[in-house]
Amino acid sequence: MKQIAIVSGKGGTGKTTLSSSLGILFDNAILADCDVDAANLNLMFNSKVLEKHEYYGGKKAIIDHEKCNNCGICKKICRFEAIVFDGSYKVDPYACEGCNACVISCPQNAIKLEESLSGKFYYSTSETKNIVHGNLTPGEETSGGLVAEVRKLAIEKAKSLKKEIVLIDGAPGIGCPATSSIAATYFVIIVTEPTSSGIHDLKRIIDTVRHFKRDFAIVINKYDINEKISKEIESFCQKENIPILGKIPFDETVENAILESKPIVIFKDSKAAKAIMEIYKKLIKIIKKEEKV
Amino acid sequence: MKIAILSGKGGTGKTTISTNLAWTLSKIKSVQLLDTDVEEPNDHIFFDISFTHEENVELLLPVVDNNTCIRCGECSKNCQFGAISVFESGAMVFESLCHGCGVCKMVCPVNAITENPKSIGKIMLGKINENLKFGMGLLNIGEPSGVKIIRQLKKHIDNSAEIVIIDSQPGSSCPVVETLRNVDFAILVTEPTTFGLHDLKLAFELVSEMNIPSGIIINRDSSKTKIIDDFAAEKGIPILMRVPFERKIAKIYSEGKLFTEYFPDYQEKFIAVYETIKELVK
Repeated sequence: MKQIAIVSGKGGTGKTTLSSSLGILFDNAILADCDVDAANLNLMFNSKVLEKHEYYGGKKAIIDHEKCNNCGICKKICRFEAIVFDGSYKVDPYACEGCNACVISCPQNAIKLEESLSGKFYYSTSETKNIVHGNLTPGEETSGGLVAEVRKLAIEKAKSLKKEIVLIDGAPGIGCPATSSIAATYFVIIVTEPTSSGIHDLKRIIDTVRHFKRDFAIVINKYDINEKISKEIESFCQKENIPILGKIPFDETVENAILESKPIVIFKDSKAAKAIMEIYKKLIKIIKKEEKV
Repeated sequence: MKIAILSGKGGTGKTTISTNLAWTLSKIKSVQLLDTDVEEPNDHIFFDISFTHEENVELLLPVVDNNTCIRCGECSKNCQFGAISVFESGAMVFESLCHGCGVCKMVCPVNAITENPKSIGKIMLGKINENLKFGMGLLNIGEPSGVKIIRQLKKHIDNSAEIVIIDSQPGSSCPVVETLRNVDFAILVTEPTTFGLHDLKLAFELVSEMNIPSGIIINRDSSKTKIIDDFAAEKGIPILMRVPFERKIAKIYSEGKLFTEYFPDYQEKFIAVYETIKELVK
């Protein structure tokens, strides 16, 4: 079994468009939506939830006001500015990282940590695909932990269903959810777009993927929206010895496909679908090791 | 007034709205623009900024003196993040898991633990023009969380500025919460797609829970669907502005330029957005 992650430093470059389409093309794949902040992949497949799991990622401190004598030691000790004072001492649950420092240092034993439900994750199925996806409770931290749970369940399901590929739709950015999406994967596809922001973010995600020592290649989405910057990306990749897996043209069919919540590759004759087909063929060769990355 | 620019979904146009809004408003008010998308900050690309101040953001990481350490295991037992383990040979710190909370040092009975600052990123401050100040944070590659950078950057909020525009990270998790703390209003930037709506709902859930008044800007608006309008009407969220889907605007953005410079009528629209927000915050 091989895990392939699709990421992009910048959001909205087309990760879900590409991963949903590759999901259709690989008939032996299970999908894992690791953008737990904003999971969209299951919307593309009109899937039904078969299993629901709860994720307790972190703990939060709670102050018992019966015992608290307002000494304020907790506020001094907390490095996350999570203790606020408005007549009495309270924990700001959004800022609390559940480190236990206040609990340990409270002379009144008035503080304890409580488990908090940080999110949920699901195993869903549609006519064509099995998908594992997670939803972080808005405002929660430990999204990297939830990403790890989503991947674990996807691998489990892939094993029991004898699927060869786990296709991971990654989180944007370069922080914990993004790195949890790429850690220990077989191959990483970085989706970028030809904009000044796109190129800036591309360089940061490349450094991140290299930091985790993963093999990777680039897909330029909507490459013809600014061909000059696309050329810049291509020559940058050439200089850095980074393979380009493919270029997807701007195609209004994609907008319509998203509106209808359908993977673009279903619209076989569209320009974008054809480009994704080529990407898929190259990817197969890389997986079968017929072609060097 | 502090206005945060949010979007559940990435790539909906937070940067476009933040930069154009800040630049337009700076023609009539003193404005500060802060980019708190410390994983992938982009606002600076759109301006010629003279940076005047740079500072490191540091996390205090434990260092164990294994000659003093008695292998009691208290540090590892008390660490909530699994960031320190004790072996026969001594204690080992896993830096990428450490939150720098100081608990291990606190519980060590023999004072074998000291702390060393480790840079996780930096803050840069500067000026775009006389009326427009700028600040951004940048997370180092390989670091898991930029929350501390956002917190430190927000300490540089300029109280003399009449308007502070804060460009957030996408999503609705901890870095976004840090951005939202103590702001007066949130602009939710979205696009009229199923995804846009799905992620807008999450962002709206978050601002509602934090009691922050909000309004919507629909980017890449199209006449093909009214799903955002329907949601806004159902929840009673004002729609502050619409930016139509136009290849020209996309092209200007792709070049790292401000579209309000080329379409001056949008400057009036952005000023109207501010006037509306002022009324809504009252």
